[in-house]
Amino acid sequence: MSDLALQPTQASEDVHAAGHDDHGSHDDHGLVHATSTGLSNNKLGMWLFLGSECLLFGGLISTYMLYRGRHSANLGPDQIYDIPFTSVSSFVLLMSSLTMVLAVTSAQRRDERRMNLWLTITALLGATFVGGQVYEFTSFYHEGLGFTTSLFGSSFYTLTGFHGVHVTVGIIMLMALVGINKRGRIPGDRAEVVELVGLYWHFVDIIWILIFTLVYLIPS
Amino acid sequence: MTIIERPSLTPVVAGSGVSVGVKPSQAYGSLRRPVSSTGWRSWVFTVDHKKLGIMYGAVAMFFFLVGGVEALLIRAQLAGPNGTVLSAGLYNEMFTMHATTMVFLFVMPMAAGFANYLVPLQIGARDVAFPRMNAFGFWCFLFGGIFLNTSWVLGGAADGGWFMYQPNANALFSPSHGIDFWGLGLQITGIASLTGALNLIVTILNMRAPGMKLMKMPIFTWMILVVQFLLVFAIPVITVALFLLMFQRAFGATFFDVGAGADPLLWQHLFWIFGHPEVYILVLPSFGIVSEVLPVFSRKPLFGYRFVVFSGAAIGFTGWGVWAHHMFASGLGPVSVAVFSMSTMLIAIPTGVKIVNWTLTLWGGKLWFTTAMMFAIGLIVEFTIGGLSGVTHAVAPSDTQQTDTYYIVAHFHYVIFGGAVLGIFSGFYYWWPKIFGKRLSEKIGKWNFWVTIIGMNLTFGPMHIIGLQGQPRRMMNWTEARAGEGFFNLGFWNRVSSSGAFILACGVGLFLINVIVTTRKAEKAPLDPWDARSLEWMTSSPPKEHNFDSIPVVHSLDEFFHRKYEENHETGELTKVATAEEVLADLEAHADAHIHMPSPSYWPIVLALALPIMGYGIIFSRILIVVGGLLVLLSMFAWTLEPSVADDTDYDPPGDPRADDGGPTKELATHV
Repeated sequence: MSDLALQPTQASEDVHAAGHDDHGSHDDHGLVHATSTGLSNNKLGMWLFLGSECLLFGGLISTYMLYRGRHSANLGPDQIYDIPFTSVSSFVLLMSSLTMVLAVTSAQRRDERRMNLWLTITALLGATFVGGQVYEFTSFYHEGLGFTTSLFGSSFYTLTGFHGVHVTVGIIMLMALVGINKRGRIPGDRAEVVELVGLYWHFVDIIWILIFTLVYLIPS
Repeated sequence: MTIIERPSLTPVVAGSGVSVGVKPSQAYGSLRRPVSSTGWRSWVFTVDHKKLGIMYGAVAMFFFLVGGVEALLIRAQLAGPNGTVLSAGLYNEMFTMHATTMVFLFVMPMAAGFANYLVPLQIGARDVAFPRMNAFGFWCFLFGGIFLNTSWVLGGAADGGWFMYQPNANALFSPSHGIDFWGLGLQITGIASLTGALNLIVTILNMRAPGMKLMKMPIFTWMILVVQFLLVFAIPVITVALFLLMFQRAFGATFFDVGAGADPLLWQHLFWIFGHPEVYILVLPSFGIVSEVLPVFSRKPLFGYRFVVFSGAAIGFTGWGVWAHHMFASGLGPVSVAVFSMSTMLIAIPTGVKIVNWTLTLWGGKLWFTTAMMFAIGLIVEFTIGGLSGVTHAVAPSDTQQTDTYYIVAHFHYVIFGGAVLGIFSGFYYWWPKIFGKRLSEKIGKWNFWVTIIGMNLTFGPMHIIGLQGQPRRMMNWTEARAGEGFFNLGFWNRVSSSGAFILACGVGLFLINVIVTTRKAEKAPLDPWDARSLEWMTSSPPKEHNFDSIPVVHSLDEFFHRKYEENHETGELTKVATAEEVLADLEAHADAHIHMPSPSYWPIVLALALPIMGYGIIFSRILIVVGGLLVLLSMFAWTLEPSVADDTDYDPPGDPRADDGGPTKELATHV
């Protein structure tokens, strides 16, 4: 029998079934598991998910770009957008990326108080953005642009609505993170869990930069 | 003795140094974690990739029969002139649901079943990266499939054809709820595919056994990896399309309404940007299967392993650049048509490379014609026929003539049945002893193969002739007066095709008989019945819950083969140096002392159940959306707060996991 092929394999005393870190590599004995790529399963999974999300927004943005010019004479992008207002709410959302970074750094420094603080501020900034979007939708609606008024309206509300839902889901994740953390129940590597939510949050912000540029800034 | 150990109550020391005791039972209130390893609970709440793989396979097989009955009804309608088996409306529903069922509820989940079961075993892992997400994916698929099919009794199934072209699928032309069910059902099964894909990619990239470089991975795992990448990027595109469709049908948007100035071509683009990669999603897993089967039964390594890997990846990439060949007849303009014509011809090259590699694997091999091998060779032949008629579609002028005729139907059935389905059957016969510990009868298997092959060629072969004669696909009946004369008489070939369909059904029936006969048979299969080459055969059959007693260290491609055989470098002769039993005994001798496996959970199935509830809500009553939404929120939080490994207190009675208390088995595996 070939010796080479039959060397004792992994004689370690305590081998976890690689792969039960379903949620934030839950780890009973504080052991770190090496993965083949060096990236943790959760982080790799999150990156792939965000890659998939790119195509989702790609489809929605394409739909909007196709239909942005199809509206009645007085209810098009040029008449209806309030660029200064949306610029401010965009700025608020972008700032939330900064506070998210601060939350991740605090989590890595194990400064729990600051981490909770920055997470809360990020969620509040996100909520301000969503509030701005609700205000914007309401005022557009009062100006006469409903969801079914024109193809422009349908595709605009669909695209920005999908983004708004993503921000809202992000806010729920941030608040849940603070809540669960206060009860000391984030399993596994806490800094990584915060970082994962951060990845998602930054992604949503980057998508907004695209949407803001393509939808609001480029004149039709 | 190997003990599958449950963690003790020792507080977890988190990275911060603050001790955080995770007490899972708190997450349930009075509910206990479903830890039993026997009975129906052990299946419904399982997170074991092997059980989930078997369930994927069983449910997909069920939907195969459903789709098959739908196909038989279509062929019965067309068996004679002026068919009266189905009404026109029912006929539309039948061909729509036949295709939808076969694509989304049979071939995709069947491939997911194979991947779920085999990938962790092939890469030397003990489970997938996210076991609960895996369970969630399966339940999404099952509930999505059931949801889709409840449309039959809730006002009629979808009737717009499987690609649901717009504006034909608008509420104006299809007023029943069928298409709403279709859209929402595919969203739910889409979630299954997406979560499954994320899970398998992470598993394959991150959880390979020590020494298993990417280029030492079994070829099936490679093809599955390519397919999962296709899924990750294709599913969101159809998600967008289905959302637009839903907004149009349920909320009055006009995305595809020509009257409102919309472009129905948007639907076609979105659908086929998903739809063409989908073709490769269907067929690449089977390419992986036969690439495993052919070397084993030719007693040779796979010819040009690297070429097969890279041509698979090339198909994956090029598959994104050919979608508009489904739309040549829609008036895209000469430049687009020329570009997509070229790219379609190009994609035939990597596919051809594979065919050549398989053929050269057979060349000079000591062929062993088992049923698995015969199905694999059947795939090479039948898929090549489908591939060649595919190249005729790449030529745009010829395609314009063939669009929406039976010639297209002939082509994609040769590709999907001759490619994907024959590969799946080959996989059944090859891996059955691994999965169930018993070999399927070879005698019935041969009958299964020949009846299936004759049936499929009789069914789909004549469709080439029918199609070139101009019979449109989806035509609900033909008349004797317009059937034509002589050899090209449509009536004759339609009859041949219909009788072929029933022969094909007999072929599938023989497989089911084989399964029943084999299950009743007491005889166990040997550990390594085929003299196989890859890691999944390096464990007991069926494998233990934790797959491997110790994780093998991989030194070469075809690791298992190299542990059994030594090559004389001068003569090139192989000498057997170890039996499979010896290899396994060696792994068991070095068994890991403690193996932690993820524990079962309620939440995947609860979360998945919430989705069809929301689906019914969108169609019938907004209250159900709220109910479903709350259930989603509840199960997501419960899932998050639940540790992946059960706590001792979850057992009844709690305490020493080694105690033999007759309750739920805590010693999940003992060293034999």
